[in-house]
Amino acid sequence: MNTTTQKKIPRKDFFKYIINISTSAFLILIVYPIVSFLKPPKQREVEVSDVKISNLDDFAIGDSKIVRFGNKPIIVIRKEKEQFIALSAACTHLDCTVQYKKDESIIWCACHNGKYDLTGRNISGPPPRPLDKFVATLKNNELIITKASS
Amino acid sequence: MKKLFNNIYSWIDERVQISDLVKFMSKKYVPIHSHSIWYYFGGVSLFFFIIQVVTGILLTFYYKGSSEQAYESIKFIMSKVEFGWLIRSIHAWSANLFIFTIFIHMFSVFFERTYRKPRELTWVTGVLLFFLSLSFGFSGYLLPWNELAYFATKVGTDIVGVVPIIGEPLKLLLRGSEDVTGATLSRFFAFHVMLLPLIFSLILFIHLLLVQIQGMSEPVEEKVKGNMPFFPNFFLRDLILWLLVLNILAVLAVFFPSELGLKANPLAPAPAGIKPEWYFMFMFQSLKFLPSKILFIDGELLGILLFGSAGVLWLLVPFWDRKTARGQKNRLINYIGIFAIIFIIVMTILGWVL
Ligand code: FES
Repeated sequence: MNTTTQKKIPRKDFFKYIINISTSAFLILIVYPIVSFLKPPKQREVEVSDVKISNLDDFAIGDSKIVRFGNKPIIVIRKEKEQFIALSAACTHLDCTVQYKKDESIIWCACHNGKYDLTGRNISGPPPRPLDKFVATLKNNELIITKASS
Repeated sequence: MKKLFNNIYSWIDERVQISDLVKFMSKKYVPIHSHSIWYYFGGVSLFFFIIQVVTGILLTFYYKGSSEQAYESIKFIMSKVEFGWLIRSIHAWSANLFIFTIFIHMFSVFFERTYRKPRELTWVTGVLLFFLSLSFGFSGYLLPWNELAYFATKVGTDIVGVVPIIGEPLKLLLRGSEDVTGATLSRFFAFHVMLLPLIFSLILFIHLLLVQIQGMSEPVEEKVKGNMPFFPNFFLRDLILWLLVLNILAVLAVFFPSELGLKANPLAPAPAGIKPEWYFMFMFQSLKFLPSKILFIDGELLGILLFGSAGVLWLLVPFWDRKTARGQKNRLINYIGIFAIIFIIVMTILGWVL
């Protein structure tokens, strides 16, 4: 009794329907692996909690060094004998690596002339945010750099 | 000798009827008028493309596309391989001249309104080829893996990331990793020597086919003084020009060989004087002039959206220039073209002197 009330789909439409679905499925089957292939696999981020600079005798006062903190570069400046500054070295504008300009006492990005003061504050040029801060502690003639607790 | 040639010709002709093609070519005419000179720039661009293909293939024989070896392999090409410096230098110079002649070719076509019916598709394919050439330039710039290229690529791909929604995935697709790394180099190598050449050749084929089928356009405003057969008259003139261009190229490549610079080092600060290639300079410089916030929109984002829409409008000129399509004079086209040229030149110069 049910069958009489059900609408019949014409055979032609039915085939069209099947063909459309299978074509789409087929296309997805081709496109999906390609798109996934192009997406670079997630590499395990190295969780680093600190980096050490041990050779402090080579680190002259007024000099700067760039060290790797996990995947990120960090700029370390030796201001005085016992005073170190550690900041992220990735410019907040477009990610270029910054450098310390001793004569002007600023941190400078060559890419678009962005400037930061020695606390990491963006003072001129395009950078929208200050540089991230890190903590540098001196212990037994070794410099230990850790993330600033926010 | 001649008999042999004739025999071969008729052997082929019997099978594939090339005499039709020859007849077609001999019936093709190039109009002569005071602006005829512009007809040659397309051919010259084609010539540079051929040089790029040849020197590019030669370079792949020694080039190694990995971050550990790319720089060293180019050093090897330049110092150990015989004429390696020359081949690389020609590739670099020819790339620049290629884009330069495309600019001229494109703007001359624009001012002559050659894009009007029935040549809309020729224009569209041509602009696509122009965009592809820029991508060629951008991807090829990174391959030596030197400091300048490293930071230019960093900035260039970072700008892509500014675009909302699609920006980040697109950036990842281009870079192959969060940052510009060896993975980026591998990708750019694949783009530069596999993907782009394939797409470029395909579109170029269509572009040239359209030009052959439709013949040279006659200008709207110039008086045509006569016609010149495409083959052999125009073709031979083209060849002479190619020879001239080849000489210019050789002089530039020999006396101003391209440099290699320092190897890219992610832990070194960006060197002063970071610059993109000259054909990106006007965009780079305009982005610099935009303040970081305009109302609520990010300045950079606004710049990218503006350049993006300008690119789309440029691609679609034949479809919105209704006046020319109706056979009327459209002064607006002149103004747009002149504005674009002045803007590009001024911004480029500012980029170099500032
Ligand atoms: S990337 Fe540092 S100022 Fe633009």
